[in-house]
Amino acid sequence: MFQTAMTFNDLMFLLKGAGLTLAVTGVSVAAGTVMGIVFGVIRVQIGPWWAIPLTFLLDIFRSVPLLIQLVLANAFQAIAQFGWPPFTTSCVVLSLYTAAYCTEIVRGGIDAVPVTTRRAARSLGLSWVQDMRYIVAPLATRVSLPAWIGLTLGVMKDSALVLWLGLNELLKSSQILITRLQEPLFILIVCGLIYFLMSFPIARFGGYLERRWSPHD
Amino acid sequence: MFNYTFHWNQAMRSLPRMLDGALVTLEVALLSMALGLAFALLLMLMRMSGYRALTALAATWVEVARNTPALFQIYMAHFGLGSFGIHLSPYAALLAGITFNNAGYLAENFRGALKAIPETQTRAARSLGMTQLQAFRMIVAPQMLRVAFLPMTNQMVWAILMTSLGVTVGMNMDLAGVTQELNARSFRTFEFFAMAAVIFYLITKAVTLAARLIAWRLFRY
Repeated sequence: MFQTAMTFNDLMFLLKGAGLTLAVTGVSVAAGTVMGIVFGVIRVQIGPWWAIPLTFLLDIFRSVPLLIQLVLANAFQAIAQFGWPPFTTSCVVLSLYTAAYCTEIVRGGIDAVPVTTRRAARSLGLSWVQDMRYIVAPLATRVSLPAWIGLTLGVMKDSALVLWLGLNELLKSSQILITRLQEPLFILIVCGLIYFLMSFPIARFGGYLERRWSPHD
Repeated sequence: MFNYTFHWNQAMRSLPRMLDGALVTLEVALLSMALGLAFALLLMLMRMSGYRALTALAATWVEVARNTPALFQIYMAHFGLGSFGIHLSPYAALLAGITFNNAGYLAENFRGALKAIPETQTRAARSLGMTQLQAFRMIVAPQMLRVAFLPMTNQMVWAILMTSLGVTVGMNMDLAGVTQELNARSFRTFEFFAMAAVIFYLITKAVTLAARLIAWRLFRY
């Protein structure tokens, strides 16, 4: 009933693209989260006024299209003669992009911990580090994790844009197959299905956590 | 420092063309937002209708829009629909893709906002003699808008940022498209894209500010 020239090898080709998508996402989210936590803590610690330069800088990554950030970064690394391969450039840009969002999530999480709780911890003799480690971190994680999962999935989807720098990630692989097999609809559906399968279960899990951990019930 | 001479003059001379492109970008974003709002309301009604087929269709739309990249959705509109004999121009494909995306996210926002209004309010309004429609329009909708307004502004900013994806399907009228065309002619990639970044930044900030003013005007007690 339905005929296609797509072979098992072509599917493997797509899955290899999906692997690259996951690799870019993994590296960027890991680096971005670490930076986000550091920036978030700094931002809360020094207060909104002193954090204005940091906030402004990070806000740029959220107000300029990712595609343009990628092109700019690629042009810049060429100008500065860093000699980065596209993979590195993509990861650097996506990490900063992730960090910009993650900072807000971390800040929101820390702000959600009641000041009284933290004062109580400090008056029990806990140091700042201990307070952060044993009081703030667990409570803030509860608030932030669903948003962080959403961010991770967002970065996974946005990583499709690195095809502009010539990386053969999932969407680019599907384009290559389309050029070869001339079956745009079928290949795009397969490609979309792979994205969906990578994203949907985790999104559902995030939604479940959000309901399960909601402070109101 | 760098073995490269920046040619900002050349980029500055092209500023009028880029600003024209920015207008197209804004136009696409606003159109996609308006259409997206309409479709989101439709999706919400479909979900509430109680018909299994309609509910399933709406749920599929929302989940696909939220779980696949926006770029994929634009590709689908541009390359995928060709299999049905529908050949969209880059402009139409971009608009269709972003509208699809917007509708999915906005529908989910509306659903969350609707949940935030206690059902008891509707019942109270009904027992005061309002019809179902009146209760929705005069009691639920205004409060819903208050909850959904901030996510809506975020979505508007997203829509503006997403318009830059049009360049991947050959759009050459919007800001990203114009920039890419200028870049292809002059190879002054950094200068042109830096200008585009600044313009995008200013647009998003202006939109956020406008939204804040509207919110302040509409929602103060």
